Amino acid sequence: MTEPSHTSPLGALAYDAAPESASIAHLAPSYGLFLDGQFTPAGSHAQFASLNPATEETLATVALASASDVDRAVVSARRAYERVWSKTTGAERAKYLFRIARLIQERSRELAVVETLDNGKPIRESRDVDVPLAAAHFFYYAGWADKLEHSGFGPHPRPLGVAGQIIPWNFPLLMAAWKLAPALAAGNTCVLKPAETTPLSALVLAEIFQQAGLPDGVVNIVTGDGTTGAALVDHPGVDKIAFTGSTAVGRMIQERVAGSAKRLTLELGGKGANIVFEDAPIDEVIEGIVDGIFFNQGHVCCAGSRLLVQESVADEVLRRLLRRVDQLRVGDPMDKNTDVGAINSAAQLERIRELAAWGEREGATRYTSACALPDKGYWFAPTVFADVAQSHRIARDEIFGPVLSVLTFRTPDEAVAKANNSKYGLACGVWSEKGSRTLWVAQRLRAGVIWANTYNKFDPTSPFGGVRESGFGREGGRQGLEAYLDV
Amino acid sequence: MAPLRTIEARDRGVLVPARISVPTFADGGELRRFVYALGGVDAVGVQGRVATLGTRSLKRATKTAAIDLAISMVDLTTLEGADTPGRVSSLCAKAMRPDPRDPSVPSAAAVCVYPDLVAHARHVLGDSSVAVASVATAFPSGRASLDVKLLDVRDALAAGADEIDMVIDRGAFLAGRWSQVFDEIAAVKATCGAVHLKVILETGELVTYDNVKRASWLAMLAGADFIKTSTGKVGVNATLPVALVMLEAARDFAEQTGRLVGVKVAGGVRTTKDALKYLVVVNETTGATWMTSQYFRFGASSLLNDLLMQRLTQRTGAYVRPDEFSGD
Repeated sequence: MTEPSHTSPLGALAYDAAPESASIAHLAPSYGLFLDGQFTPAGSHAQFASLNPATEETLATVALASASDVDRAVVSARRAYERVWSKTTGAERAKYLFRIARLIQERSRELAVVETLDNGKPIRESRDVDVPLAAAHFFYYAGWADKLEHSGFGPHPRPLGVAGQIIPWNFPLLMAAWKLAPALAAGNTCVLKPAETTPLSALVLAEIFQQAGLPDGVVNIVTGDGTTGAALVDHPGVDKIAFTGSTAVGRMIQERVAGSAKRLTLELGGKGANIVFEDAPIDEVIEGIVDGIFFNQGHVCCAGSRLLVQESVADEVLRRLLRRVDQLRVGDPMDKNTDVGAINSAAQLERIRELAAWGEREGATRYTSACALPDKGYWFAPTVFADVAQSHRIARDEIFGPVLSVLTFRTPDEAVAKANNSKYGLACGVWSEKGSRTLWVAQRLRAGVIWANTYNKFDPTSPFGGVRESGFGREGGRQGLEAYLDV
Repeated sequence: MAPLRTIEARDRGVLVPARISVPTFADGGELRRFVYALGGVDAVGVQGRVATLGTRSLKRATKTAAIDLAISMVDLTTLEGADTPGRVSSLCAKAMRPDPRDPSVPSAAAVCVYPDLVAHARHVLGDSSVAVASVATAFPSGRASLDVKLLDVRDALAAGADEIDMVIDRGAFLAGRWSQVFDEIAAVKATCGAVHLKVILETGELVTYDNVKRASWLAMLAGADFIKTSTGKVGVNATLPVALVMLEAARDFAEQTGRLVGVKVAGGVRTTKDALKYLVVVNETTGATWMTSQYFRFGASSLLNDLLMQRLTQRTGAYVRPDEFSGD
C-alpha cells in the first residue's frame, strides 16, 4: 500500500492484570509416593523439585521412586487387584468413578491453579479445558463400568490385571484421567508414573482418591524421572503398559516389552496438517489455526503444526494469521487474560530454539510476535514460518512448541499427498465449506483423528490415537476400553 | 540465513486505506456475485471465539474506563406505543446527566425515539452533545412501500433528527431480492444526506450467520453509516456471535474500501457484564478506532442504570441499590 493509511490497533484497551490466586493451590512443601492408599517417602528418602516454569521457583519437592519403590507399588496394585478390585462389581466401581468425577469438579479451581503453576499453561485453559475434561472422562467411563459385556468385546470381557501407566507433562491431570478412568472402569488396578516436571496435579488427584474412599492400592502413584518409568516398564508384575510421550521413548518401551506377556498401547508424537481450502470461512480458519498450534504453547501431540493452505488464498490467510498471532497475550499463566503461557522446561525451550534456528538456516521466512516476554522463566514468542518446503526439518520434526510451519498446495490431491508425507499420523484438520470435499480428503488422510472446520477439540466419547510413528491403541470412547480388557 | 522478522507494526492492526473507494454494481447479478464471493461463516467457530473472548477479565482501571466508555455509547431508547412527551423529556434528562450527583459521568450518545417525538426530544436536548436518533421506514416491520418509508424518514429529518435508524425489508432479503434491499437503503441514505444512517438488519429474523454477514455487506455497500442488529421487537435480539460477525464485516469493509462503518447492538443488553463482553469483542476485532461512540453503540434502556451502579461500586467499593438511580 503506497498511499497513507490509517491503522486501528487491536487490543488497544490494555487489560489490567487479573491474576488467579496461587494460594488456592494449597501445595504442601513436599510430597511422598502414593502407595497402598497412603503417602509414603521413597525408600531412599530422595526428593526432587518441581518448578514453576513461569518463575523458575520451586513449588514443592516430590519423592524420587527407585526400582524398589516401583516394586512396592506394583505389589500393592497386585494385592488390591486380587483381593478387592477384581471382586468389586461394575456397578460398585462406577460409584467410585462417579465420586472421583464429582470431587474433581468440587476441587476444580484448586486443580486448575496447581496445573497452571506446575505446567505453565494459561489458567484459562486449565480452568476451561483440562480440569472439566478430566472430570468428563471419569463421568464417561463410570457409565461403562457396569456395561462391559455390552461394549462389543465379547460376553464376559475380563480386565488385564495391573496396568503401568506413564504420562507426559503437557496435560498432566487430563492424561492421568485418560489413563486411569478406562483402566479402573474395566477392573484393572494401576501404577501411574507422572512426568518428571509436572507431578503435582496427580498428587492432588491422589488426595481425591483418598477422599473418595477408593480402596487402598487400586491406584498407586510413583513420581520420578526416566529411571522410574524404566523400572515400571521392566517390572515383571505389570500386565499392561500404556504410554503417552515422545516417539523416541515409545520406541524404547516397545523394545523393552518385546518378548514379554505385557500388552502395550502407545500415544506418541505428531506433525498434524491443518489443510485450508480456498472456500473455507476465513475468520474461523484463522481461529482454528491459532487453536491448532498455540493452544497449550503448542505442547500438544496432535497440534496442527503444519499449515497447508491453498495457494489462491495463501497471502490473505498469512496476512490475517500474522495479525492475529501478534494479538496473542503471552505472559503470566496465572493471569486470566493470558493466551499463551510458559514453556514447560528449560530442556524443551532449548529444543524449540534449536528447531526454530533450523527453520531460519534452511531458508524459511520467520515471523515472530513482537510481544514482550518476562525476564524470569521459560518463554518462546509465538512464531510462524512461511515459505516452508516439505524437506525442511521444521516441516518434518515435531517441535512441540508455539511454532507453525506454513506450506501451500494447489489441488486436493497435492494437499493429501503433502499431509500424508510424514512419519507421523496422529491428527489432521480440514477446512472447507464443501462437505463432499471434506469427506473426500478425510478418507485419504492417514491419521487417527481428523477434525473438520475445527481443531484440538476433545471429548471423552471420541476415540483418540494415532497410526504409524504416532503409536497405536485408542483412548476415549468405547474403543478406549479395549486397551484395558482381555479381548 | 533468512532474516528474522518480527511482525511489523503496520501488519498488526486493521489497515484502512486513506482513499475511499466503494465498489459499485451494474446490476443485481453483479451485486449478488460480489456478496456470495465473500464466503460463509462457520457457526461453531464464531460461537467458540466469543466464548473465549467472554472469559476476558476486566479489572480495576480497565473496568472503570470501559464502564465510562460504555455509558458514552448508549443510545437511550424508548420505542413504545405509550410514549409521551413527558416520558421522552425524562429520558433526555437522563441521557444528558445520567447521574446528576456526579458530573464526571459522561452523557449518553443519543436518545432514540419514534419520529413524532423527535421534535420534542430535539427541544429538550437543546444544544447538548446528546443526539436525537429516530427510527423510521415503517419501524419495526418495514412493511410499507418505499414512498411511505421515505416520507417517514423526511418527517423525522424535518423534525430535527441527527440520526436515522432504518429497518431493512427482511422479506425481500429472505426471498433473495438483494438488489431491492440495496436500493432501498441507498434511497434512504440519499434522503438522509449527511445525517447518520443506521441500518437495522433484524438479525433475529435473518437467523443464520451467513445471512448476517451478507446483509451487513449489502447495507455497508449501499451507504450505511452504521449497521445495527435489531429492533428490540422480536424474540432474538443482539447476541455476541452476531456482533462478532458484524464487526468482522465492518473491519473487512474498512480495509477494502477505506470507509469506516459503525456497529450498534440493540435489544437484550441489560448488564454491565454483557456490555463489557461486547467491548472486549470490539477491542480484539476492530480495535481502537471503533472504541468510541462514533463507531460503536448500545441500543438499550435498562443497561444505563446497571452501568451507573457498577461505576459507583468501582469507585466506592460498596454495592448500591438500584433505587440510588432514577428509573428512566
